[in-house]
Amino acid sequence: MTNIPETGRTRRVTIRLVVLQILVLSLLATLGGRLWYLQIRNGKEFTAKAQGNHIREVVEPAVRGEILDASGRILAGNETKLVVSVSRTALMQQKDHGKAVLTRLADVLGVPADEVKNKVRLCDAKTPQPCWNGSPYQPIPVTQQATTQQAMQIMERREDFPGVTAQPTALRRYTGAEGASAAQILGYLSPVTDEEVTKTADKSGRERRLPSDQIGRAGLESVYDDDLRGTTGVDRLEVDNLGRVIGSAGTTPAQSGNNLVTSIDARVQKVVEDQLNQAMVEARKVYDKETSKNYVADSGAAVVMDVHTGRIVAMASAPTYDPNLWVGGITAKDYEALNSKDSNYPLINRAIQGQSAPGSTFKVISTTAAVQAGYDLNGHYPCPKSLTIGGREFKNFESEQFGDISLEKALEVSCDTVFYGLAYDQWMKDGGLKPKKDAPDWFFKTAHEFGLGAKTGVDLPGEVAGRVPDRQWKQSYYDAMKQSWCDQAAKGGHEYTDEIARENCADGNQMRAGDMVNFAIGQGDTLVTPLQMARIYSALANGGTLYRPTVGKAIVSPDGTLVRDIAPHEDGKIPAQGQLLEYIDQATAGVVTAGTAAWKFTGAGWPQGKIELHAKTGTAEVVGKQTTSWLTTYSKDYAVVMTISQGGTGSGGSGDSVRRIYQALYGVDDKGNIDNAKALLPRPQAELPKFNPDGTAIVPTAYTYEGDRTFLDPARPAQADPATAVALAALEPTRAGSNGRGRS
Amino acid sequence: MTSYGSYRTVRLSPRRSSLSRALAKDSPLRRLDWIMILAALALSLMGSLLVWSATRGRDSLTHGDPQYFLYRHLTNLVIGVGLCVAVIALGTRRLRTAVPFVYLAVVLMLFAVLSPLGSTINGAHSWIQFGGGFSIQPAEFAKLAIVLGMAVLLSARVDAGEREYPPTRSVLQALAVAAFPMGVVMLMPDLGSVMVMAVTTLGVLTASGAANRWTFGLLAGGVAGALAVWKLGVLDQYQIDRFAAFANPALDPSGVGYNTAQARIAIGSGGLTGMGLFHGTQTTGQFVPEQQTDFVFSVAGEELGFIGALVMIGLLGVILWRACRIARQATDLFGTILAAGAVTWFAFQAFENIGMNLGIMPVAGIPLPFVSYGGSSMFAVWIAIGLLQSVRSQRPIAI
Repeated sequence: MTNIPETGRTRRVTIRLVVLQILVLSLLATLGGRLWYLQIRNGKEFTAKAQGNHIREVVEPAVRGEILDASGRILAGNETKLVVSVSRTALMQQKDHGKAVLTRLADVLGVPADEVKNKVRLCDAKTPQPCWNGSPYQPIPVTQQATTQQAMQIMERREDFPGVTAQPTALRRYTGAEGASAAQILGYLSPVTDEEVTKTADKSGRERRLPSDQIGRAGLESVYDDDLRGTTGVDRLEVDNLGRVIGSAGTTPAQSGNNLVTSIDARVQKVVEDQLNQAMVEARKVYDKETSKNYVADSGAAVVMDVHTGRIVAMASAPTYDPNLWVGGITAKDYEALNSKDSNYPLINRAIQGQSAPGSTFKVISTTAAVQAGYDLNGHYPCPKSLTIGGREFKNFESEQFGDISLEKALEVSCDTVFYGLAYDQWMKDGGLKPKKDAPDWFFKTAHEFGLGAKTGVDLPGEVAGRVPDRQWKQSYYDAMKQSWCDQAAKGGHEYTDEIARENCADGNQMRAGDMVNFAIGQGDTLVTPLQMARIYSALANGGTLYRPTVGKAIVSPDGTLVRDIAPHEDGKIPAQGQLLEYIDQATAGVVTAGTAAWKFTGAGWPQGKIELHAKTGTAEVVGKQTTSWLTTYSKDYAVVMTISQGGTGSGGSGDSVRRIYQALYGVDDKGNIDNAKALLPRPQAELPKFNPDGTAIVPTAYTYEGDRTFLDPARPAQADPATAVALAALEPTRAGSNGRGRS
Repeated sequence: MTSYGSYRTVRLSPRRSSLSRALAKDSPLRRLDWIMILAALALSLMGSLLVWSATRGRDSLTHGDPQYFLYRHLTNLVIGVGLCVAVIALGTRRLRTAVPFVYLAVVLMLFAVLSPLGSTINGAHSWIQFGGGFSIQPAEFAKLAIVLGMAVLLSARVDAGEREYPPTRSVLQALAVAAFPMGVVMLMPDLGSVMVMAVTTLGVLTASGAANRWTFGLLAGGVAGALAVWKLGVLDQYQIDRFAAFANPALDPSGVGYNTAQARIAIGSGGLTGMGLFHGTQTTGQFVPEQQTDFVFSVAGEELGFIGALVMIGLLGVILWRACRIARQATDLFGTILAAGAVTWFAFQAFENIGMNLGIMPVAGIPLPFVSYGGSSMFAVWIAIGLLQSVRSQRPIAI
């Protein structure tokens, strides 16, 4: 027992204990180091992950701003509907996962229980529609059409309906104020797509698209979407691992969108819509000798523009549709109908998306071109019944002849041969078939200077540019078409189109004399939109300024204060100024008093002495179709343009309707008496509407248009006969071939 | 087993009052390592707060009483401290004689678990349920039994002065004593506890001064065994994935991978000072499973932050440091082995538990000493504290 160590351990044990101690310390140090790494170095990353874990966002849609007319009438507003929605979060906390509640709810709403259950189930790969595609934390709407009684039943028996709410909710409503639809101007909304949601997922605030959002897809709803949309409110809920709500992490209230005040006058809009429709109905009663049937009048457009600002007072497109079809999601059937040939595509705004040759309404441009090219404004030019150019005979309408006449007279009576002569002369000076390098091309140049072949920049989506068929276009069109022309020519047929193809295959890139003279009278390959013409005739009225057309006038906050003015924008001057402008003014007034439109204006009692109108009629040839009618007019303050595809002649097709639009604007009855009290808008409205403190507009109790006024035939709703609906003439490029014959 | 002459004896003077006796320089109370005891108490009390925070909202566990687990944890602590006092009172000498009975009792309990008396929680058949919500997990006590049993066998010849180091025979006996409960626990299966027992066995053997070949042989055997299990395809792929999920939670996203990912999010989001007790979003939202037991450290990380979690590791460090001191200053090999055994056990269990919370160790269902909720663990670690104290005192206390 003598060799027992005093402390019970040997040196070996001591060393091992020290090693153990060091080992233990290093283990603890490792933990400390790792702790630092997670919490201090990478803490932010984990904080973000923890946030994502326990915060769920429930969105409160913002009330969309209203679209108002110039006087504050609501064109697109919001309608409060009783929306019954179900919170899945609340349902899942119930023992039977809400089965009983949903059955009771279906009972109250008077629908099968399965319908309600299907609406609140979550969509996944295996679940067919209907199902809920949005966030499971978002209340799911079961119906948007609950009656007050149903809502009361639900809200008064809260204990029977846990998780069910019946709340008044704002839904878009296109009011049809004053009877005006303005469908294509206003556009429509549709829900965001999944793609838009994912694409903006990393954005915040207004930039971010939420699954519940509605986006403006057409018309003003689309262009001013940013202003109208408002800011979606977000309720940030804290949830636990099972998704149960355990608290709130802050709420951002929804902010209503701003209102858009437009220059549209709902009453004038109604008149224009009715009159466009009326003109088409009337045109269908007229027999067309050329095609040996009545005019089809398949589509049309009309524009009323404030000439001093370019603001659009009214704009109609036919056929039209009810924009409310889009509210709450359009049905597949309706959508198909709106995009079918049978309905003739009523979604298209033909005032900016329809294009055709301008016919003789183009002659004001030709006149300007001639004067620019150096022809004497006061000279006299021959107006024979026909002119042979390039071996082809170009006739006047109904082979009229007037001898040597002034340009004024040529405009007034729409003498084609005068302009044929001028254009041919100019074409020769430019070098004919072998053009000079620096040929001035006055006719094409002038057309461009009037803003043709380019978009006007109107604040509506999808505008088309039209076309000025100048040398450049001719070449590029030839490059694109050469193959098919030459192929057809090679077949050796003897039809008219085969001849054309043969000719085009040989030298289709050449600006031929026939092309030139056709262009001078607004036929052939030229394409314009009704809005472009309204802008040009506005410029004639206002002293020569081309304004950028606008519908939006101002952005106003929900409480009525001005956010942003949409000021008129001068795009430039037309080359017709001073004496020439006065000359055209006189000539176009002559059209109303003695020219092609006289029978529909002064001849129909228009008080030209008191309210001077100016007009130019046009009839555009369309291969394989009836003629497109044009009537372009202006007064001191307004330009009114109407065009009808397959509608006949300019004055015949639209004369009465355009006159009636002026009658309504200025309060003129059929006998020519002016009653200012009955005038809808004797002067364009410059000032913005006034607003009440609650943000609603103060709508003046001015005279409102009534359909039964003496000078107006009762307008019947357009019943488009499917049999007469044909392909979209106004949208197809017109090929007038070479048989130029201007008629008006 | 007759010579324990090396420890000092203290004579108690009958004339002194009990208070002055208690405070006297030679009082048994003054021989206790109060630093260790206070650290263990602090850790246990912190544990009670963390357990409370983790369970307050878990109605399915608390039966609607948010304080249920707080009270239970404190009750366990009180019982644990009572057991600790009892062990100190018993003293190492009497303890040594009681070890065979303790060992036998633990082995019987282990068998009871395997019998129909046992019940299964979380896939491990490790519990014996008593009425009234009481249950024990004998594996926790098996750790104690192994340390005690091995200490007795390894120190016997040395403390008797017959050998300088434990002879082969004693080592083999000791290994057998350790292997038996490990085998039983392995059958439950409670691999986490087996791991702790294996490492503790290694620590005990090494501290006993047994020849190097035993230490290294055991290490090599462990590594070879693990390799064999892995390579021979004893484990299914999902088991391997589950084991590796600590490093790559994507391997087992809905199982332990989810647990570790959530625990790491909780800890990581705590930052320097934490979100404050009861304010951790991961904890309040119950995103971390088993958060009152295996993942209790994540509550500390999230709600008390880097500072709070570091304090916890520090308190463990204090306990282990003091225990190492006790091992070095013990008057006999029995005491040294006991203390070293407790150190290895605590250190490895704490490292494994915190390590899996931090994502540097594979997930194994073992509690964090003093902190995790669980009676058996609490009792076992406080008994171990008692053992350490009595090794320090090396003498009985008059009761």
